[in-house]
Amino acid sequence: MRRVVVTGLGMVSPLACGVEPTWSRLIAGRSAARLIEGFDTSDLACKVAMQIPRGDGSDGTFNPDDWMEPKEQRKVDDFIIYAMAAATQALADAKWKPVSYEDQIKTGVLIGSGIGGLVGIAETAVILKEKGARRVSPFFIPGRLINLAGGYVSIQHGLKGPNHAVVTACSTGAHAIGDAARLIALEDAEVMVAGGAESAISRIGIAGFSACKALSTNFNDRPTQASRPYDKDRDGFVMGEGAGCVVLESYEHAKARGAQIYAEIIGYGMSGDAYHITAPDPSGDGAFRAMTTAVKRAGISPSEIDYINAHGTSTPLGDEIELQAVQRVVGDGADTLSMSSTKSAIGHLLGAAGAVEAIFSILAMRDHIVPPTLNLDNISVETRIDLVPHQARKRKVDCVLSNSFGFGGTNACLIFRRAN
Amino acid sequence: MSDVAERVKKIVIEHLGVDAEKVVDNANFIEDLGADSLDTVELVMAFEEEFSVEIPDDAAETIVTVGDAVKFLEKATAA
Repeated sequence: MRRVVVTGLGMVSPLACGVEPTWSRLIAGRSAARLIEGFDTSDLACKVAMQIPRGDGSDGTFNPDDWMEPKEQRKVDDFIIYAMAAATQALADAKWKPVSYEDQIKTGVLIGSGIGGLVGIAETAVILKEKGARRVSPFFIPGRLINLAGGYVSIQHGLKGPNHAVVTACSTGAHAIGDAARLIALEDAEVMVAGGAESAISRIGIAGFSACKALSTNFNDRPTQASRPYDKDRDGFVMGEGAGCVVLESYEHAKARGAQIYAEIIGYGMSGDAYHITAPDPSGDGAFRAMTTAVKRAGISPSEIDYINAHGTSTPLGDEIELQAVQRVVGDGADTLSMSSTKSAIGHLLGAAGAVEAIFSILAMRDHIVPPTLNLDNISVETRIDLVPHQARKRKVDCVLSNSFGFGGTNACLIFRRAN
Repeated sequence: MSDVAERVKKIVIEHLGVDAEKVVDNANFIEDLGADSLDTVELVMAFEEEFSVEIPDDAAETIVTVGDAVKFLEKATAA
């Protein structure tokens, strides 16, 4: 199979709009958590989230008008606007602008979402009940469908290659990048815009995840302490929103046009738990097999992995199961491994998490610095792995792994290496 | 300009994101104002909502310009 490299990055995160402002705030140890704004939380058990900082576009704020015309924004849920922003940034970063028909047909898009247009579905259900079927907008369906994130991106940028989407809950972003890399490796495309987007912070979204007992509820009076992976006081995840997109490219295509190359994607592993709809398998077998499959595909020794961006959602069960699975994979490599959960700073972006976290992993390699796990005051279980508590750390990073696990028992693992 | 015409034009400007000076009586929603077939469906719905009238599908098909809409709605609201 052909080599596939990363040549462009883009994101909208709760810390900032844009890759560099997000990264610098992440490295500085800032948390995006705060009390939920924009809707009533009085009857919700969880009142904390990590919402996109909206503004005029200056100082890292997100201004939707910068990415999509206001009359189009009205027709879609926010995850599509976030995807447009992340994809547009990534293509600009890659300096890839397909104009000729030949360039357009070799450039595709694969952007997923965990839930898609949840808010629009909830609002339209109310309109249907209160006003009847004749008041349901013709944009209701196209503005909520998950693949319309990629649809809008393809129309905006003239991407006529493979047009695909992934829906695997919290593994979506990782699966999107892994699958898009496969499409390039198998010569279905030369360039792919790949990633995930999510906008589920809403009354119905918080109520739904609360009912699953997945969200933190003990820190409503201390929002920035709510997301605390591996800490003994952790009590659930904090919901985030946003989008991450990368531009993937065949090595030959990137070289031929003199593109900057951030990293090479060398490993991709997938597995299923076949255990429970929301709970992770206590044995960690699914996580273990996703990682070992990716390591095998990469053709590396597990001890070569310098940094792991953990799934680490800050839920009582999941964090330790993942940690044990990682220890099984790396063995004595645990002594030289750093692993952190950036969900401590940006929350859980659900379908966008895997894409945003893959980008953080790549930047860790670019800058030889690993982002911190915030709020890790008292680790709940002993480990030889450096979990990077509180502060970012400079260290050698030449090979990185990013884990994503989703409801339904779906696991995805990506490995990137500095490209030579 | 009649009250109906003003309200129609306001809806058209808002939904199609076009400049006010383009929204003249003989402006065709699709050919002159950049609407697609879904936009025209939504426009008719917005007119129905604004004027509390029902516009049957066969009547909606005859509303292709700003003037058509104004004329239809002036008649419907006068009744």
